[in-house]
Amino acid sequence: MEFAELIKTPRVDGVVLHRPFMPNVEGTLCLTGHHLILSSRQDNTEELWLLHSNIDSIEKRFVGSLGSIIVKCKDLRVIQLDIPGMEECFNIASSIEALSTLDLASLMYPFFYRPMFEVVDDGWNSFLPEDAFRDLESMTDEWRLSEVNKDFSVCPSYPPLVAVPKDIDDDALRKCATFRHGGRFPVLSYYHKKNGMVIMRAGQPLTATNGRRCKEDEKLINATLRPGKRGYIIDTRTINVAQQAKARGGGFESEANYPQWRRIHKAIERSNVLQESLIKLVEACNDQSHSMDRWLSKLEASSWQTHVKEILTTACLAAQCIDREGASVLVHGTEGTDSTLQVTSLAQIILDPACRTIRGFQGLVEREWLQAGHPFHQRCAQSAYSNSKPRQEAPVFLLFLDCVWQILRQFPCSFEFSESFLVLLFEHAYASQFGTFLGNSAAERAKLCLPEKTVSLWSWVNRPQEQERLSNPLYECNNLVIWPSVAPQSLLLWEGVFLRWNRSSKCLDEAYEEMVHIIEYNKELQNKVNRLRRQLAQLETEDPLLQAP
Amino acid sequence: MEHIRTPKVENVRLLERSSGQRRISTGTLYLSATHTIFVESNPDTRRETWVLHSLVSGVERTPSTPAGSQLMLRCKDFKVFQILIPQEKDCSDVHSSLVRLSHPEKYSELYCLSFNPSVNKEEREESWRFIDLMADYKRMGVPNNLWVTTAANSEYRVCDTYPSEVFVPKSATPAVIVCSSRFRSRGRFPALTYFHQDTLAAVCRCSQPLSGFSGRCQEDELMLQAIMKSNPGSDYIYVVDTRPKLNAMANRAAGKGYENEDHYTNIKLQFIGIENIHVMRSSQQKIIDIGDMRAPSMTDFLWGLENSGWLKHIKAVLDAGVFIARAVADEGVSVLVHCSDGWDRTAQACSVASVLLDPYYRTIKGLMVLIERDWVSFGHKFSHRYAHLDGDPKEVSPVIDQFLECVWQLSEQFPCAFEFNEHFLISLHTHVYSCQFGTFLGNCQKERRDMRLSERTHSLWPQLWEDRAEYTNPLYKAELSQSQAVLRPNTTPYCFKMWKGLYNHMDKTTPARQSPADVLSAVREESQQLEEELTNHQEVPPGGTAHHNHQHPGSRQGIPHTKPLHTLNAR
Repeated sequence: MEFAELIKTPRVDGVVLHRPFMPNVEGTLCLTGHHLILSSRQDNTEELWLLHSNIDSIEKRFVGSLGSIIVKCKDLRVIQLDIPGMEECFNIASSIEALSTLDLASLMYPFFYRPMFEVVDDGWNSFLPEDAFRDLESMTDEWRLSEVNKDFSVCPSYPPLVAVPKDIDDDALRKCATFRHGGRFPVLSYYHKKNGMVIMRAGQPLTATNGRRCKEDEKLINATLRPGKRGYIIDTRTINVAQQAKARGGGFESEANYPQWRRIHKAIERSNVLQESLIKLVEACNDQSHSMDRWLSKLEASSWQTHVKEILTTACLAAQCIDREGASVLVHGTEGTDSTLQVTSLAQIILDPACRTIRGFQGLVEREWLQAGHPFHQRCAQSAYSNSKPRQEAPVFLLFLDCVWQILRQFPCSFEFSESFLVLLFEHAYASQFGTFLGNSAAERAKLCLPEKTVSLWSWVNRPQEQERLSNPLYECNNLVIWPSVAPQSLLLWEGVFLRWNRSSKCLDEAYEEMVHIIEYNKELQNKVNRLRRQLAQLETEDPLLQAP
Repeated sequence: MEHIRTPKVENVRLLERSSGQRRISTGTLYLSATHTIFVESNPDTRRETWVLHSLVSGVERTPSTPAGSQLMLRCKDFKVFQILIPQEKDCSDVHSSLVRLSHPEKYSELYCLSFNPSVNKEEREESWRFIDLMADYKRMGVPNNLWVTTAANSEYRVCDTYPSEVFVPKSATPAVIVCSSRFRSRGRFPALTYFHQDTLAAVCRCSQPLSGFSGRCQEDELMLQAIMKSNPGSDYIYVVDTRPKLNAMANRAAGKGYENEDHYTNIKLQFIGIENIHVMRSSQQKIIDIGDMRAPSMTDFLWGLENSGWLKHIKAVLDAGVFIARAVADEGVSVLVHCSDGWDRTAQACSVASVLLDPYYRTIKGLMVLIERDWVSFGHKFSHRYAHLDGDPKEVSPVIDQFLECVWQLSEQFPCAFEFNEHFLISLHTHVYSCQFGTFLGNCQKERRDMRLSERTHSLWPQLWEDRAEYTNPLYKAELSQSQAVLRPNTTPYCFKMWKGLYNHMDKTTPARQSPADVLSAVREESQQLEEELTNHQEVPPGGTAHHNHQHPGSRQGIPHTKPLHTLNAR
């Protein structure tokens, strides 16, 4: 298929662009296969380059012969294009609609994008499971790297290499896979160096109504317990939901079959509920005419903050089991690809200082989200402005980022990265020139040959210029476990994402710059003083008169 | 001392609590004339907790447990202490002592009248001159050919709740002032509070007119004319009635009300809709209740926040300030502000407007001046509103709390615009209630003079000024005062947050080292020391001995090979 077939009108002159916080621009609108471009051909006016894949939905309005297209983006921005001429407007609108809903992965922009920078540190090779395992090996010999899923046949959503207890062989893993949802047998997610406790994750056990059991599964997870120790199973669903799952072949670990494990049920919501919550929240944020009462009640009705609180609470619980109780944890929900990953990855942010660095956080996203098989392509297909009926869309990853932001806000000196890194990840998960977030699993990514055909987001992020832009000036390595408060008063609306296009951030940016300035000035002074001190020391050794008698 | 039934109880357990955080310690409880003191028995720490009696808003006895009897101390700064006393009898003694001690009946029982810091008489008198309102009027450019002082209120003859010295339009004769005063509730005639030099527009304040349904007063009408005439750039003034219109109309039945636009020419009447003190009192109580909830869900919290109406009221006060500031700065039109008596909502609206209009009031000293002018001097009833003495609970209301919160909300929107930090606002809040200093005692200037407070108590302001290092916002950029002279805040509901620092200030979820402001303050302090060290290291001109500070022999530096001469001579 040719893009040209979809572009009915490639360019229109005299189009006026309205954007938040920027003066209107008049110029020429061009449609290419992947971008909507508005250029005024004047110096000093910023042009608009918008990826079609960033467009969530559009609306058309007509006043006389002047048509307007309101473009609502997945990053929550809303822009308006005034287009002279009804026909042009219709053509542009239908072209945008067609181009922004292309579902064929191979037509995506990352396959056409050529980087304007030199790839020094190739992100596709930066976070390989074997490298992560080498770190683990230096701490313990209780785990091994299994190739049982080499061809993705045992578990289609797992990567080819997974860490499992040393004493469990591949045959046992195969049997476990048949007992777990989606073949997601329990694998290692995190090893707590301080006390050797671990977080594992899996899909729900397929106990069904007849209470099926699997000896290998029991053996596998018991193999992770130290003698005489008990572990915790955190089921991210309520007991009722978990019970109901039995009727559909799912279920949970019974006390009888897993006597060494205590099961705790939490209530993290799932896909459609979350998508609806996002839509309601964004709607509330975008209506500036609300009274205080109405705003607060809409914020409450969206339940977004409730979800944030639930997820963080569950992550704290998992971290508490590990660090305070000295007990290992197995986390699962239903599929084990959504709420499970929110919990395991946030627990690591709390427990492991390495995850709070720029590179460590990339590693975490790579391990716990991309390789762990979070279906990004499905979940991020549409954002808050979608008119179509949600299929598998859900802001699971955005909620994770929101939770990280909450912890970052409570511990502003413990993260090497700043809020802008989280916002960047949100944007790229929904629309990107990089291949990182394409596909739903390692298997799909391998099939698409992404490492060969696209550029990794990490290649871009790990350039020194970007690192500097994303780094947090207040950062000071904090090797402690950080316990966030989950009291409702402590959890705020993430303004950097949800109010980003609604209220000017000029004064907040100014404050940020001032902060950077204060810290840089201090460094400069320190360097000067150190230089002088060294000179003085030198002088004193050279000049006997200056030496103490 | 006669109210203390038992001065000391041992083996007491103290539980400090706020949402999510609890700390229990065992120790000895002492009751003094002014404080409840708890000394931890742990010999390593011996941590002391002092609670001022005048800060205690309530002492409740909760049902006894096998471990002993419980007392709950609620403080006006929103702290809560739970005390577990082994013996029933001791508990009941402490309870009745504290109930009496926390409800002083006479001013003489208050802490400020026994508080005696080590300063001499001259220093104390000096402390009362620290804030000079006349100097601030001068700074604004008055008196001038538009505004002058009047002697009409000397010895508080015309209005006993006003300051003796006030500024009025030059064309307002004493007769006009006196008659206008008779036509205004409690004699509070229109007077200047802020003059905006850039536009020559002014903010004036007064109380409601005693118009009823048809009453009028020619002199009062002349007074408003005079205000308009004192602004050469405009041919009308705004009259801002900060009350909801319904309340203002209801007042007409009682012979009060608002200006009839048929009688006053060239005025534009504007209602703002700030609720009365009773609504605010119960609204704040609901906010406090949220903090008392055990493990609230997000829904409980947001619903409670909405139901309290608190942020809605804060927004109303800020919106009033924004309206006035816009009129004065953008339209160049003078504004006359009133509510009912003109000492609560009027004080809020005028002072918020001043903060928006004039960068000076965003400095540490400037905010002190502003509170001294709009609140202390213009007769805000501190002792009634903040229950300094046992009295009518219906007079109590968190009026200045709301002003301080508006300033805090603004500082969240404009992090570089304020010289002071959140601690300063919280500290002000505590002092308004604590009565450690005489500054906020009484209900008006006349009362304070009659009590001879300047001879018998100390002023708060120099004390705060001395501690200003800890109240300084590291991000403050004084040069912004040029480019951002007038603040134009966004008052969309989502811009308002619950002031956690005030209402949950024991919820130390963010450890001290993790507050960006504190980190930045420390960094700035270090930079200052480094700067000093650099000056000490500075190059000495060849052959010269000039300007060398020799505090640390090790930090001496000559570049290159220039040595301080007297060091050489000394050898």
